[in-house]
Amino acid sequence: MDNSPCAPKRIQTEESATFDRATLDYIHNAAAHGLYEIRGLGAKRKLPHFDDLVFLGASLSRYPLEGYREKCLTKTVLGTRYATKPITLDIPITIAGMSFGALSANVKEALGRAATAMGTSTTTGDGGMTPEERDSSKTLVYQCLPSRYGFKPDDVRRADAIEIVIGQGAKPGGGGMLLGQKVNPRVAAMRTLPQGIDQRSASRHPDWTGPDDLVIKIHELREITDWKTPIYVKIGATRVFNDVKLAVHAGADVVVLDGMQGGTAATQTCFIENVGIPTLAALRQAVDALEDLNMKGQVQLIVSGGIRTGADVAKALAMGADAVSIGQGVLMALGCNHESYEQNGQRIDATADYAALGARPGSCHHCHTGRCPVGITTQDAVLEQRLQPESGARHLKNYLKTLTMELTTIARACGKQNVHHLEPEDLVALTVEAAAMARLPLAGTHWIPGVGTY
Amino acid sequence: MCGIVGLLVKKPALKDQLGALMVPMLLGMTERGPDSAGLAVFGDPLDSGHRKLSLYSGLTPEGSHFEWTALVKALNAALPDAQARADATGNHAVLTVAVEPEAVKIWLREQHPKLHILSTGRSIDLYKDIGTPGEVAARYGFENLHGTHLVGHTRMATESAVTPDRAHPFTAGEDFCLVHNGSLSNPYGVRRKLEPLGIHFDTDNDTEAACRFIEWRLRDGDDLPTALQHSFDELDGFYTLLMGTADQLALIRDPFACKPAMVAETDDYVAIASEFRALAHLPGINHANVFEPAPEEMYVWKA
Amino acid sequence: MEGVIEQVPFDLSTQTVRELNQFLHQPADELAGCEVVVTHPNGAHNIAVGLNAPVHVTVQGHAGYYAAGMNQLANVVIEGSAGTGVAENMMSGRVHVKGFASNAAGATAHGGLLVIEGDAGLRCGISLKGGDIVVGGSVGSFSAFMAQAGRMVICGNAGDALGDSLYEAVLYVKGTIKSLGADAQLEPMTSADIETVSALLQSAGLKAEHDPSTFKRIASARTLYHWNADADQDY
Repeated sequence: MDNSPCAPKRIQTEESATFDRATLDYIHNAAAHGLYEIRGLGAKRKLPHFDDLVFLGASLSRYPLEGYREKCLTKTVLGTRYATKPITLDIPITIAGMSFGALSANVKEALGRAATAMGTSTTTGDGGMTPEERDSSKTLVYQCLPSRYGFKPDDVRRADAIEIVIGQGAKPGGGGMLLGQKVNPRVAAMRTLPQGIDQRSASRHPDWTGPDDLVIKIHELREITDWKTPIYVKIGATRVFNDVKLAVHAGADVVVLDGMQGGTAATQTCFIENVGIPTLAALRQAVDALEDLNMKGQVQLIVSGGIRTGADVAKALAMGADAVSIGQGVLMALGCNHESYEQNGQRIDATADYAALGARPGSCHHCHTGRCPVGITTQDAVLEQRLQPESGARHLKNYLKTLTMELTTIARACGKQNVHHLEPEDLVALTVEAAAMARLPLAGTHWIPGVGTY
Repeated sequence: MCGIVGLLVKKPALKDQLGALMVPMLLGMTERGPDSAGLAVFGDPLDSGHRKLSLYSGLTPEGSHFEWTALVKALNAALPDAQARADATGNHAVLTVAVEPEAVKIWLREQHPKLHILSTGRSIDLYKDIGTPGEVAARYGFENLHGTHLVGHTRMATESAVTPDRAHPFTAGEDFCLVHNGSLSNPYGVRRKLEPLGIHFDTDNDTEAACRFIEWRLRDGDDLPTALQHSFDELDGFYTLLMGTADQLALIRDPFACKPAMVAETDDYVAIASEFRALAHLPGINHANVFEPAPEEMYVWKA
Repeated sequence: MEGVIEQVPFDLSTQTVRELNQFLHQPADELAGCEVVVTHPNGAHNIAVGLNAPVHVTVQGHAGYYAAGMNQLANVVIEGSAGTGVAENMMSGRVHVKGFASNAAGATAHGGLLVIEGDAGLRCGISLKGGDIVVGGSVGSFSAFMAQAGRMVICGNAGDALGDSLYEAVLYVKGTIKSLGADAQLEPMTSADIETVSALLQSAGLKAEHDPSTFKRIASARTLYHWNADADQDY
């Protein structure tokens, strides 16, 4: 230690909570590049979520079901309102819309295979329908987005459902984004774009604006499919109560609600973290809206945005969703953020490739670069071989099976013979925020902030 | 979430048919707005000493059994100069008075706080209620309405208690009303600008903000084109606005013009609707000048 | 019997759009030789959407939204005006509007030819993905917004922000252009361009009225293809 008279006795190393290291990095980066940061995945900050809810399992006043012998049904039907061919799924867990372009063709095939094996659906994304996905996925939901990249009537006719996307949870009010390094020849051809350019997508649909025009657009799609095909309407969570009501008024068979934790392959970080509301809060408002219109059960609700475990699925159903949709979790099951990948039966360490991106397994969000170390969010011919459809499908099927087993375990513990019999009264909250957002009592009390008494 | 209609007859002989011509237009907008409907009709003005107020009792406990006669009696007892009389059907009445309307409105708000004052003026009568356009039209006998011009609206609501006070047309001041198709993105800012000026808002509806803003400009001395130019500057969002004054219909669309509008004009009438199919039945439509109004242009037709 | 055209009438004052479209969605061999004539359309929406056979449809009057939407192979003539989104997402075939068209005419069309004899509203050819659009009159603002591929020939004037965020579609305008959109620029007409305009006018039946060499060419400057801090890009 320096003994000169003017030296401080202690060296101050206190970091600012306001200008913390992440913020310093952000400002330095903005000054260097003059452009916002773009990344993949969803909101990373801690938010009130399903972790803040717990179930009231059976005891003396409620009796449980035995595992295995006493059935707990998971069958789920979607799109009963108008369509003559609603969707029947074996489990209430679907695979969310993710584009070919964001993901590789191998991944799309893996998703299809796993979904078919588990009796559920996959969803196309902002780029159109690939033959790999249509051929491998028994039940395929076809998205109609503002960009209309690759959107074709032949695909409309061979889709099992159509999902009109108004927005997604990661960026409600924003359009799609795909950076040049992922616009390879095949992606470019499907999207009718020059190869290698940075794709900017529209945030509004080109031929309709507002629920009064959406009525007519939904009719158009019904006419084109001769009224057979269910029409979903997907919204990013913002003014959920009003939006769900308007979607119902406009004629949706199913509403898909994506909370702010929902992922993306490429969006501005400031958008992901600062626009949209948590899935927990959104879900409660969506159910309120359906009940207010007396449409619960007639219009189904699928919720997405940070669904990770069987417990999350159970909680979402208990709060009133008919099904959940999973995007990020599915990619993680395929190996996203895993230290290694499987190729030709061998496990190969990928840490160096993460490091080359400036990332680490466990915190990587570099989907937008197209250099996914485990071959998922890439169009690179070499990297995409790191995810083989067959092994990918096997991993994903395992994940979905685990989720389903956890879901039914919890449902049975609550005395339910059918996972759709889970109800809000099976849940209590662990924090005041979650209690207020989910409108559930704080554990051990009758208190719902703003509603009940202690 | 809405359909709008407007109609102005150019020949006095057609004034009696105003309602009959309009009803199919309103019905044509049912899919755009199935929850509630409203209509403002402008006819021959009362003399300058008189005013009429359109009143709605649907939100009072008595509803369509409201005691209009008792109200008139009590009003005349409290304000003898008013010489009030009412023309009532069910939950709607047109109250005619021989005094400035302000004192009457104060009395009404004190004595009957749940009675909704729909409009004030010398020329305007206004109706709005929940129900399909067909139900509302039948309830008030829209096909028998007469006058020189009207502004109508069908609404797809977000609130469950589809309350009539949030239906359009909105009115402000006297003989001014507005209907809106679209969504304003800064209605609360507009409202906070007007409230300190003493302008009172009844609802949190974005259309009410547009209505009171334009009426404020008119009352402040702007002519209609100047007032509308101000609204292009101040109102943000998407809108087709149709306004009615004692002697005019005016139409504007925002610069993006995403919300639809169609005009059909003949020597006999000018008709406006959100979609052509609401105009398809009008007499002479096959030879009418049918066009879409351009964005950021003001279209004004004088009665 | 070969070459016999059977006229099939549909009166929308007594029949529904559903019945019309159901008929038109039959397989191509069932529709062979049919010419469908739609009377009293009265602005109905979704007339002749999702067609997928080389059938001929004439609409005698005004059509509402999405007339001939997602058209593939069919030939649709609308003798009056058309509402929002006429021929939206068309893949192939031909749609001809004799009157004017509302907003988003030909939106996101991948192929085929859309002809509008009168004016077209705002956002004509928005998100175009390879189709051809010929407008005898003028087009409204934001036309060819984010147009990715295909060609537009505008015989009248263009409004504000023409070709905003243009990709590889090419636009030809004879009249005045109120303003160009971000990344759209005027380029000299080559003989190939003149030939293109001539051929498109010919297909549209408007050749006699307009001299192809008087058109201006608008294409993408391609400065927005890659994000670049120093370029002061107009986002």
